Amino acid sequence: MSGLRADLAAIAELVPAGARVLDVGCGDGRLLEHLERVRGVEGRGLELSIAGVNACVARGLPVVQGDADRDLAFYPDDAFDLAILSDTIQATQNPRAVLTHLLRIAPRAAVSFPNFGHWRVRWSLVARGRMPVSDALPASWWETRNIHLCTSNDFLDLAEACGGRIGTALVVAGGKVRGPFDPANPLARGLANLTGEHAVFLVERRAR
Amino acid sequence: MTDSPLQPPGGALTAAPRAPDPRLRIVRPGALKLRRGGQLDPLEVAFETWGTLDADRANAVLVCHALTGDQYVAGDNPVAGTKAWWPAMVGPGRPIDTNRFFVICANVVGGCMGSSGPVSAGADGAALGLDFPRVTIADMVEAQRALLDHLGIRRLLLVTGGSVGGMQALQWAAAHPDRVIACAPIATAARHSAQNIAFYEVGRQAIARDPDFHGGYYARLKGEVRPSAGLAVARMAAHITYLSEASLEAKFRDPGRRRLDDGLPFRPAAEIESWLDHQGRRFVSRFDACSYLYITRAADDFDLAADHGGELHRAFRDSPVRFCVSSFTSDWHYTPAQNREIARALNAAGARVSYVEIDSDKGHDAFLIDSELRDGQPFAESMRAFVQAAARGAGLA
Repeated sequence: MSGLRADLAAIAELVPAGARVLDVGCGDGRLLEHLERVRGVEGRGLELSIAGVNACVARGLPVVQGDADRDLAFYPDDAFDLAILSDTIQATQNPRAVLTHLLRIAPRAAVSFPNFGHWRVRWSLVARGRMPVSDALPASWWETRNIHLCTSNDFLDLAEACGGRIGTALVVAGGKVRGPFDPANPLARGLANLTGEHAVFLVERRAR
Repeated sequence: MTDSPLQPPGGALTAAPRAPDPRLRIVRPGALKLRRGGQLDPLEVAFETWGTLDADRANAVLVCHALTGDQYVAGDNPVAGTKAWWPAMVGPGRPIDTNRFFVICANVVGGCMGSSGPVSAGADGAALGLDFPRVTIADMVEAQRALLDHLGIRRLLLVTGGSVGGMQALQWAAAHPDRVIACAPIATAARHSAQNIAFYEVGRQAIARDPDFHGGYYARLKGEVRPSAGLAVARMAAHITYLSEASLEAKFRDPGRRRLDDGLPFRPAAEIESWLDHQGRRFVSRFDACSYLYITRAADDFDLAADHGGELHRAFRDSPVRFCVSSFTSDWHYTPAQNREIARALNAAGARVSYVEIDSDKGHDAFLIDSELRDGQPFAESMRAFVQAAARGAGLA
């Protein structure tokens, strides 16, 4: 699909047409541009790097240079229909505060992250006794920006703690989207946690 | 010039040129009612343009100048003998490309480069001085609007400006959202901080306490009486706030340059001191002291939130304008926080806003500095990208 990375393609499938969307950590704006063009969304971005911001501005996308830990607090309640956090939550200082803000800003949040429960990660730790380096986790431990890695099962607990429930649960493995799976089913949940390189969740705000 | 023990060496300071000069391009588009009462009748607007207006009149860009700027954004000022002030931003092949866009820049009302201001002549033929009415940022924008009406330009592809020019750009988008497609305020504020006001008050007091100020009517006296020492001190104080500690340190790093002492305790000694003195002198040769009072006061008065029930985002409710707010990390005159506040308000209003924070050690003046505007530099590239996306969005090839 349109050359998007598999986890971004999976997120794109979760976005309703015409929605107001905030993409937190939008990078060079590839996903937002795709969503504006194909889904007719009203998109906004938040991005830390100047290179990413300028790439977005060049695409004509509205993007604010800032970071998720500091700047989400300034977005009003329900300003958006959907918030996207792709491959970013593991790099935030306070993932719980970030997800809580996302569910305040929008009733739904699409979140993807590298799954630390994947069997290859476990193998690297158990058999080799070393931190994993893989396609999903390409940087060595001393230079990674990832400071809050978690497994797909861990995230389910966080979503619960932040007042959310899982609407759709997907994983990405071998460049393909698998699922949806039922996170309430222990077997499906365990299998997804073992086989997913990336996890992709649509988290819905429970009634306040 | 009165004799003063603090008078710097190097002779008397030269006075500002008196408008109008035949080389200035001035229109009189009717009268202008002013926000704080009174009117300008006739309103005079001095302006310059670059590039060609296309057949659809759809490629117009308005550049708003800062406190001490003028209409010569992309060409040298023949009256003051100064260089174009933003040639790295506006020109052929530059981010605001004069090969593609019709660029307009007008002297603000209250200024001293040909537009209505305190140097304009009153009924008796003498300069108005403090008889000129108080003007606001909104009045500056309405004067520009009158100019555009006069030129037959309904809609601006882009309105942009840095510093006090950024305030005008914001005011344009708030007051005339139907006449602006894109708005790029740079290194600016939606209202002055107490610190901003404090620094400008120092400047105003330096001018008003100059014995040659004569209650603001110095231009009516015989001879070239001007409060030049006060204006120079005002410029020196303000200039410090336009630079960062790092950029000053870099300029005057060499410890040998710090001591050029001639034995007198008050003469400019260290290089930073003589450099400031030079900045002050250069400024008074091209600027009027009363204009400095009027424009700093207009900037101090500017408060876009207060104009809209105390909530800045209400100034931009349902705005169709696309915005790109830029700031510089080392700017302590209009800080990144002040600019971020604008971006947040625009976001809260649901406007299409980008916010770019450029990592620079050049302070407030970074937006004017060539090295920040070279091709490939983040500021040049974000402005180029924003202008091009706006042109694309407006259907310009």
